[in-house]
Amino acid sequence: MDVALVKPATERATRELFAAARDRLPGSGPVSEARQAAFDDFARRGLPYRRIEEWKYTDLRTLLREIAPLAAAPDQAALASAAKAVTAYVAGDAYKLVLVDGVFAPQLSDQTPETGVEVRALRDILENNDVAARADLLTTTAASDTMISLNTAMATDGIVIDVAENAKLTRPLHIVHIATQSSTAAFTRSLLRLANGAQATLVESFVAAEGAAAYQAHDSVVLWIGDDAGLQHVRLVEDARDAANISTAIVTVGAKATFNSLNLTSGAAVSRYQGFIKFSGEGSHADVNGVNLLNGRQHGDTTLVLDHAVPHCSSNEVFRAVLDDQAHSVFQGKIIVRPDAQKTDGRMMTRALLLSDGAEADNKPELEIFADDVSCGHGATIGALDESLLFYLRARGLSEKEAQALLIQAFVGEAIESVADDGLRDVVIGAAERWLAARG
Amino acid sequence: MPLLEVKDLQVRVEEREILHGLSLTVNKGEVHAIMGPNGSGKSTLSHVIAGKPGYEVTGGQILFKGEDLLEMEPDERAAKGVFLAFQYPVEIPGVATMTFLRTALNAQRKARGESEYSTPNFLKKVREVAASLNIPQDMLRRGINVGFSGGEKKRNEVLQMALFEPSLCILDEMDSGLDIDALRVAADGVNALRSPDRAMVVITHYQRLLNYIVPDVVHVMSKGRVVKSGNKDLALELEASGYAQFEEA
Ligand SMILES: Nc1ncnc2c1ncn2[C@@H]1O[C@H](COP(=O)(O)OP(=O)(O)OP(=O)(O)O)[C@@H](O)[C@H]1O
Ligand SMILES: [Mg+2]
Repeated sequence: MDVALVKPATERATRELFAAARDRLPGSGPVSEARQAAFDDFARRGLPYRRIEEWKYTDLRTLLREIAPLAAAPDQAALASAAKAVTAYVAGDAYKLVLVDGVFAPQLSDQTPETGVEVRALRDILENNDVAARADLLTTTAASDTMISLNTAMATDGIVIDVAENAKLTRPLHIVHIATQSSTAAFTRSLLRLANGAQATLVESFVAAEGAAAYQAHDSVVLWIGDDAGLQHVRLVEDARDAANISTAIVTVGAKATFNSLNLTSGAAVSRYQGFIKFSGEGSHADVNGVNLLNGRQHGDTTLVLDHAVPHCSSNEVFRAVLDDQAHSVFQGKIIVRPDAQKTDGRMMTRALLLSDGAEADNKPELEIFADDVSCGHGATIGALDESLLFYLRARGLSEKEAQALLIQAFVGEAIESVADDGLRDVVIGAAERWLAARG
Repeated sequence: MPLLEVKDLQVRVEEREILHGLSLTVNKGEVHAIMGPNGSGKSTLSHVIAGKPGYEVTGGQILFKGEDLLEMEPDERAAKGVFLAFQYPVEIPGVATMTFLRTALNAQRKARGESEYSTPNFLKKVREVAASLNIPQDMLRRGINVGFSGGEKKRNEVLQMALFEPSLCILDEMDSGLDIDALRVAADGVNALRSPDRAMVVITHYQRLLNYIVPDVVHVMSKGRVVKSGNKDLALELEASGYAQFEEA
């Protein structure tokens, strides 16, 4: 009875959210229809909660409670404070693409990409009536997930990147998500298409401008990797400690292609990164790694689905969680091997390091194997720092925190070392070091 | 004032008393050897001096340069000049030896209020010391002791000792696992560090090491106590007659 009474009330509140946002959402005709359909799906099912198997460890009805109202379009003050965050977090020679409160900010972004790359704002494409049927930019068939539906309905902007055939980019593309407002939500949808033979690096950062608190970042990125193409993908979730980050990556990997991905989450009170990675061509390889660095009462969830839909592909997942205080880390890894996908090699190894008795790590590996000539495996360990190693370091003059920091870096290094480029690996290590430094 | 004064030290591990009132005085400039049968408590003593957790000191005291060592954290002791070359140095994959050496050296210097080494000065110093101990550079790029042979691990301990320039060096079975040539190189490294301002405590089972590192004083430990002290000839005597005479006591 309670449920029947409560649900329409929540649903009504949710519908008001969409109605209020409506005229800020770009696109008309088929785009609006796609949004409406997606929104109806979300409103009907509501926030995912523990009875939904994929979300059983991350009950958004208790952790998030509600979707915050849409953030206002950034004004001059917002852009100015975002500019400071950009300089603090973006290093090196990356080609910057900045989204402030869910809206592309060309003034903060680099202007001329290398040859072979086309960069556009999602909003421009959706609003441009000359370009027919842009609704497909918002549709995904990869997963039926309510948070993807919500993202489809509400996306205000994003970056659409096309890399030409055989183009080998020399600079990383860096999408920077900056929140400047408090208690509001930003919704972004980005796409990257690598044509056959192309090579690129995509970095995504999620950060807060000074003073931004209790906001929600909702993002989806759709990555298409062509045949013989290669993508290095790095995500750094360094949101404000009371923020929420709900993100999805939908990745399709062509033939003889490589996808090398690392997600590092050290920020946000509540975060979920879900990656749906599908092999659509033979002879490809994916490294899908993750690091959670959590303390306080942070809750961080990484959920990966590796879909081996075709034969002769290999995937390797390495996940590391370092947990202090009452932090809670979730790793769910599903490997699907379809009936035709012979000679699949799928590996998954997760390790959690608990720095306190109150920390908690959940690990859910799932193998769904429908082919017989495959090699798949998973393993998991959980434990504390080795006292004898700590003592060795302390006997050499390192303080307890310094000794822990070196051992923690070594522990997460096993996930980070798959990033081959030295400069990029340093960017990732920089994020880990910021977390370690904040521990004091 | 003695550099190290251990007075009537009583130590328990997991409810069992291992050291039963051990006393030892070491002055600056001296080299002491400690010999004794397996299980007599030699490593326990070295661990308690270095500050390893898990030992309960139930009586006695340890003074280092007149200060109460037992009140200090292990890293404070290191910064004040206590160095233990471990009997079993641990392997730490993923922490590059160079990074570790620099972090440790600068942590000690910072604790003493000294300026940190610049990278070029640090590298120069490590290279010199490594070369004198026949330690190839590529070993220093690996994780701490990872893939090191037993002898290489011991030489890495001597390398750290030379780098940190402690005033008290405790060498716990530095000679175990070393071949004759490596033993000579390591012993030369140790001898090079002998100085009027520094003392060494060399724990060993074999008189042979003491031909290379000649001690001023030799102590025999048995069942958690120093049962006899003498000059270097005591080591030769032990080599000939064994520990049986002390076990009775
Ligand atoms: N952590 C521990 N738990 C229980 N017993 C211990 C522990 N550490 C040492 N002991 C015991 O204390 C005694 C002394 O050990 P210690 O390692 O100090 O001897 P040692 O003189 O160094 O011997 P060796 O010559 O074999 O190196 C032994 O009986 C040993 O079993
Ligand atoms: Mg011993």
